[in-house]
Parts: sequence; structure tokens; C-alpha cells
Amino acid sequence: MNAVLFTQIGVLARRAMLKTLRQPFQLFPIIFFPVILLAVNSSGLHAVTLLPGFPTHSYVTFAIAVAFVQGAMFALINIGTNLAEDIESGFFNRLALTPLRRTALIGGLLVGVAALGAMQSAAYILIGLIAGAHLQAGFAGALVAILLGSLAAVGFGAWGCVAALRTGSGEAVQGLFPLFFVFIFLSSSNLPRQLLRTGWFHTVATWNPISYLIEGFRSLFVFGWDGPALLRGFAVAIGLLLIGLAGITAAMRTRLQRT
Amino acid sequence: MSPSTPHAKSSGIWGVALAIAWRSLHTYVRRPDLFVPSLIFPLVFFASFAGGLSAVGSIPGFHFPAGYTAFQFVFVLIQSAMFGGLFTGFSLAFDFESGFAKRLMLAAGDRRGIVVGYALVALTRAVITLTFVTTVALISGMRITGDGIDIFGLYGLALLLTLVGYGWAAGIAFRFRSIQAGPLMQTPIFLILFLAPVYVPLNLLSGWIHAVASVNPATAFLDGGRGLISGVHDHTAVAFACALALILLFAVWTLSGLRSAERSA
Repeated sequence: MNAVLFTQIGVLARRAMLKTLRQPFQLFPIIFFPVILLAVNSSGLHAVTLLPGFPTHSYVTFAIAVAFVQGAMFALINIGTNLAEDIESGFFNRLALTPLRRTALIGGLLVGVAALGAMQSAAYILIGLIAGAHLQAGFAGALVAILLGSLAAVGFGAWGCVAALRTGSGEAVQGLFPLFFVFIFLSSSNLPRQLLRTGWFHTVATWNPISYLIEGFRSLFVFGWDGPALLRGFAVAIGLLLIGLAGITAAMRTRLQRT
Repeated sequence: MSPSTPHAKSSGIWGVALAIAWRSLHTYVRRPDLFVPSLIFPLVFFASFAGGLSAVGSIPGFHFPAGYTAFQFVFVLIQSAMFGGLFTGFSLAFDFESGFAKRLMLAAGDRRGIVVGYALVALTRAVITLTFVTTVALISGMRITGDGIDIFGLYGLALLLTLVGYGWAAGIAFRFRSIQAGPLMQTPIFLILFLAPVYVPLNLLSGWIHAVASVNPATAFLDGGRGLISGVHDHTAVAFACALALILLFAVWTLSGLRSAERSA
């Protein structure tokens, strides 16, 4: 039974990956936007490395962490839009009528997102190193960053699935993106939290879980091995995934009842 | 229909323009999905940049008389103004996609009124957003050290930039007549704005971004605007000259786009 389930998940994961890789308009923003923003911010904010208490002399080393989180958020849009398209076209309903296990229906998509998340994370590391970032934690740190990037992509992807299952509309899923982007803006994405001097902003950034996800990636580049920062980063990614999975379970019940 | 007929007189440029402006503004204020994001996003940028980066004001070499909040407010004001124009281009593209703009082109006595009408929409939307953002900035304690004439100049510049954003986006909308062209409208303006001295003044930028920002017209807009809010003028004349030149250029671009839409119809 398990072998059948793994085969089903494998087939659907492959389909999910190919669907993204074959569509340049889905693949392009994953690499283009985080890299452009990294280039602009790391040049425009280079002067902040002169601030007393700034942890590194290279802003690109500090800012590369944001690219991983932006990339993971694009996973939300891509998986959500693809699933909504399948719902709109009736493909999801036809799949649901086959002997496919329910777990495989969404599990396949999430495994595909995990693989894409790992690939995009590897690309950010490579681009960051070419741009002059230092990876203090070395090769093992790169592997951990890829693992965290993959997990974060699945976490956000699960939320994309919830939106798609609930609304069945690609447009509605796309509308979620700015909402999630606000969390990056209101986090420690541009400066470390101890340098956020505006009181209310410091409070919001401290309560914002995305700050800890960014700091998890950042710790590998800036400090090397920082256990608490990594632990918090993984906790946020796993938390996103668990809440997303609970949302998927509830949404699937309603969606399949309609089918 | 000839422009000299009685019907054409009653639906000349201004008749068409005012009808479109009323209809589009009516739609805008009655749809929270359009109205709310246009107010929220500038606020998020303002909060993130002015609040999150306030420590940047302490960087050695950073001197801005009105403080970092005012420094960033000008960026958000200019961005909101240009995006106000840009989003009106989105509305025009959406109206083409839904078939409304095609019917409008059939009914309008003078089709240049369509261009003017959406421009009025852009200006009105920008006034609403700029008023909201300014109110929030003042409540948050922003200092203005320029005088009344300077502030009048700052908002005048912002409205000219609304027309720049609108002109670019409307030209695209008339040519592609689909909301699918949205990224083509948005991306160049987004890039031009962010390749300017957004976070620190030009003299604190280095490397490739300094080279790009030095020839980027958005640098003149930001320098001009920041000079006006602080009362220490910097490239004010260049900013207005660039804005007016771009409006002229994009007027030709938009009107030729209108001709393209007429031919396709």
C-alpha cells in the first residue's frame, strides 16, 4: 500500500515540478525578483554596514537571507495558482474520482514544491556567493540553508493549497501574495532587530514570525552556526507547514464533498 | 461621426472625459478591493522604510534637515503618485478586456476624451492617496522644514508624476488592450524608482547603483522632492523639467496608442 502511495506522490510531484519549470512566467519571478531586490537593496543600503553594531561589513551577506523567504513565498503563488487552475479546469475533480489516495492528491504537489524550493535555494546561494556574500557556516551550512529553504517553500506552499482549495480561483490566490509580502516589509529584513530604533516597528518585527525565518537563514551566512537562530527559523517553517496542513485537511473535506 | 455634428459637440473631449472620470471614480470608491490596497500599500512602504530604517539617519555623512521620516516620505509620495497613474492604466486595460472600452470608443464623439478622462481619474485617485499618506505621516511626527510654496511645489511635482505614470501605462493599455500587459506597465516604473537613491542620498551610494542613479530621472524627482520638503532646494528645476518632458513624450505615446486601438477596432 505504501509503495502505491509513494508512486502516486512521485508522479504528481513530477507533474507539479514540470508544470512550474516549463512555464517561464512562473519560473522567472522566483529567480528574477529576489535577485533584483537583493542587488538594489545591497547596493542602496551598503552604507548601513557603517552603523555601530551592524553584524557584518558586507550588506549582501546580511540581505541574501531575504531572497530565500521571497522565493518561498513565490512557491505559495505557484502551487496555489496551479492547483486552482486544476480545480477550475475540472482536472482536480477527475483526479479525485480515480483510485488515487487523498494524501497523494496534495502530497504530490507539496513534494514537488519541496524539490523546487531546494533548487531555488541552491540558486540563491550560488548567486549570493557570486555577488560577494560569505557563507560563514561553509558547505554544511549551504546544505542546511537548502533544507530550510525547501521546508519554508513547502510551508508557504501549503497555505497556497488552502487558498486554492477554499476559493478555487487563481486570481484569489494571487491576491494573497501582497498580504504575505507585507510580513517581509514589517520584519528584520533590512536591519538587525537591535538596530530597529522605531519602537512600534521593533515590536511588530519581534512578534512577526517571518523575522525569525529570515534570521535563521541569515545566521548561516553571518555568524556560522547559531543554534537558537536556526532552531527558531526551523520552528517557523514547521509551524507554517503544520498550520497549512491543518487548513488543507479542512479545506479538502469541503472541496471533495462538492465533488 | 464628425466632430462638427451637434452630438459630437455635446460629447466632445471634456464631455467624454468627465463622463469617464465620474464612472471610473464611482467604481473606484465603491470597490474596496481597488480602494483599500491603493491606500494600504503606500502605508506599508512608509512604515517599513521610515520606521524600519530610521537608524539609517545616523549613518556618518547622512544630513537631511527634516529627518529620515521626511526623507522616506518623499519616496513614498512619489511612488504613490506614479503608481496612482499606473493603476489607472490597469483600469483602462481591464475596461478593454471586459469590452467596455471598445463600446466607449464607438460612442465617444472625440476619442481623445477617453485619454483625458482616465487622466482625470488618475489625478483624483492620486489626490486621495496622497492626502491619506500625508495625514498618516504628519500624525506619525514627520517634520516639514520647507515653506508653504515649497510644499505646494512638492505636491505639484507629485501630480505631474501621476501623469507620467499614467501616460506610460495608458500607452501600453491602448496597445495591448489586456490586463495581461500589467507587468509591462509596472516593472519599468518599479525598477526606475528603486534604482534611484531610495534609502540614502546619492553621495552615500557607491558602485554600479551610484552610476545608474546618477543618470536616472527618478533621482532628480527624489532630490527635487526632498529639497522641497526640507526647504533646501536640490535639482528642483531639473525635476520639473524632466517630469514635463516625460509627460509630453508619454502624451505622444498614449495618443499613438489610441490610434493603434482605433485601427484594431
